[in-house]
Amino acid sequence: MVNREIVEYVAKLARIEITEQEKDFLCSQLSKILNYIDTLKEVDVKDIEVFRGYHVKECFLREDNILIFDAKEKILKNAPLEEDNYFKIPKVIG
Amino acid sequence: MDNLINLEGVEIAKNIKDNLLTSSEVFNFFKKRIDRLNPSINAFLEVYEDFKIEGDSSLAGVPIAIKDNICIKDKRITCASRILSTHIAVYDATVIKKLKKAGLAIIGTTNMDEFAFGSSTENSCYGATKNPWDILRVPGGSSGGSAAAVAARLVPFALGSDTGGSIRQPASLCGVVGFKPTYGRISRYGLIAFGSSLDQIGPITTNFVDCAHLLNIICGFDQYDSTSSTKEVPDFTKSLDINIEGIRIGLPKEYFCEGVAPEVLNALEETINIFKKKKARIINISLPHTKYAVATYYIIASSEASSNLQRFDGIKYGLRVNANTISKLHSLTRKEGFGCEAKRRIFLGTYSLSSGYYEAYYLRASKVRNLIKKDFDIAFSEVDVILTPTSPTVAFKLGEKIDDPLSMYLSDIFTISANLAALPAVSFPCGFNKQGLPIGAQLIGKEFNEEILLRLGFSYQSITDYHKKIPKIATIC
Repeated sequence: MVNREIVEYVAKLARIEITEQEKDFLCSQLSKILNYIDTLKEVDVKDIEVFRGYHVKECFLREDNILIFDAKEKILKNAPLEEDNYFKIPKVIG
Repeated sequence: MDNLINLEGVEIAKNIKDNLLTSSEVFNFFKKRIDRLNPSINAFLEVYEDFKIEGDSSLAGVPIAIKDNICIKDKRITCASRILSTHIAVYDATVIKKLKKAGLAIIGTTNMDEFAFGSSTENSCYGATKNPWDILRVPGGSSGGSAAAVAARLVPFALGSDTGGSIRQPASLCGVVGFKPTYGRISRYGLIAFGSSLDQIGPITTNFVDCAHLLNIICGFDQYDSTSSTKEVPDFTKSLDINIEGIRIGLPKEYFCEGVAPEVLNALEETINIFKKKKARIINISLPHTKYAVATYYIIASSEASSNLQRFDGIKYGLRVNANTISKLHSLTRKEGFGCEAKRRIFLGTYSLSSGYYEAYYLRASKVRNLIKKDFDIAFSEVDVILTPTSPTVAFKLGEKIDDPLSMYLSDIFTISANLAALPAVSFPCGFNKQGLPIGAQLIGKEFNEEILLRLGFSYQSITDYHKKIPKIATIC
């Protein structure tokens, strides 16, 4: 079942900070949900392929043409912080 | 003017064409209703001051509401999440382009569960939507705002999105028609992604005539969505035929079981009798993997959601909580920006996709999904269409299930399989319980056979009037 260690690891992978209280809460809720999901273990899936949808065969790539998407300013305006046409973030490299 | 709420959208459009009404009069009529009723229902998140008619069609001039996860250029789009609360869409979703080209008047955006995670519209950062039939109850979800708006006649119709029942379940709980077409029928370009292999946009209307007209407008291949189908789109209004003689309707025993409220089963029985009277053939069938649908769905949908929601990182959109390092910035922003259910799904999805658990969860669920689909393939060799309840109960009380995610998930038990198998399905009103709460029936069709659903629904509504009933709150306006 899900323990605090797993919850902390998943929080790190998912990039969501959680409080000590939330950790216990998530442990119990995720355990309950996964316990229910474990009913899938009783299904024999040997030699069963994964579902790929009906018309995946139909899917194709469109021609590689250049199209103008003229919204650069609007896209940058949606960002919390921008400068000189760049998204501004804290320093990443030392 | 007051009888506008009893007219079909196509009738309103015809009145506009015949110069009996102007599109401004219609827009203002519905806007006034929203102004007066929305404070009690909270179906709309934003109502626009004006509109532009940019094209023509059988629905030109008629207002439509849009679920707040579909991009409308230069308008705010929030997905009812704090993390996106200041976001302005920079382009039109393909369906919005098509609606504009057809001359519809977009009147505003509707409330939803945050990022469409939920079955009650309680998971909205803007507060819950109330069911117009009883404002102490939920409208269903996640397209609860769209369903409640249409039920209260605040707008003739609306668009929703359906990943595991998010159009059909609220339609059922609000007594309106909610249609989820085959996966691929409608472009998802501009729909903020939740579960990319499951999501589908669809109309919520009061009747099947408007439903067919709207499908004509919004369906079709789109080069910007590689999963949209190149299959030719038929004229859906040609399916509006009252003759259903000989159509084989399957009743899966797994959907008429213990756990379904007796009042729902009674309404379904009456529906079956109406179809029988119209000389459809009723056949008992089985979909043996039904009991695994909810578990399969929550693994696949949450996995896809956890991946799709990675983009909300405090850098490109909306909310940012500042920090010294980039990873701290990510995790604080996402802590503040996402609500409880969104976090729960991201956790579940991240866990199922993580190394060491992937095979036990995601891979296994993808295989069970195939078995669920195969059940339908076998069933459709015997029948043309499948009839089930949409939801095991009528609308439940606000707050009743919010602290018990599993019981909330189980309220989608009958709608989820159609998404897993990529099939078209619709919910329509088929009765009321003793307290006057609506009950919905669901029809599921073969892939790309939306027509048979429209035909049965239209035929049903030609001799019943459940779809014409209007909640009390909507008549005192």
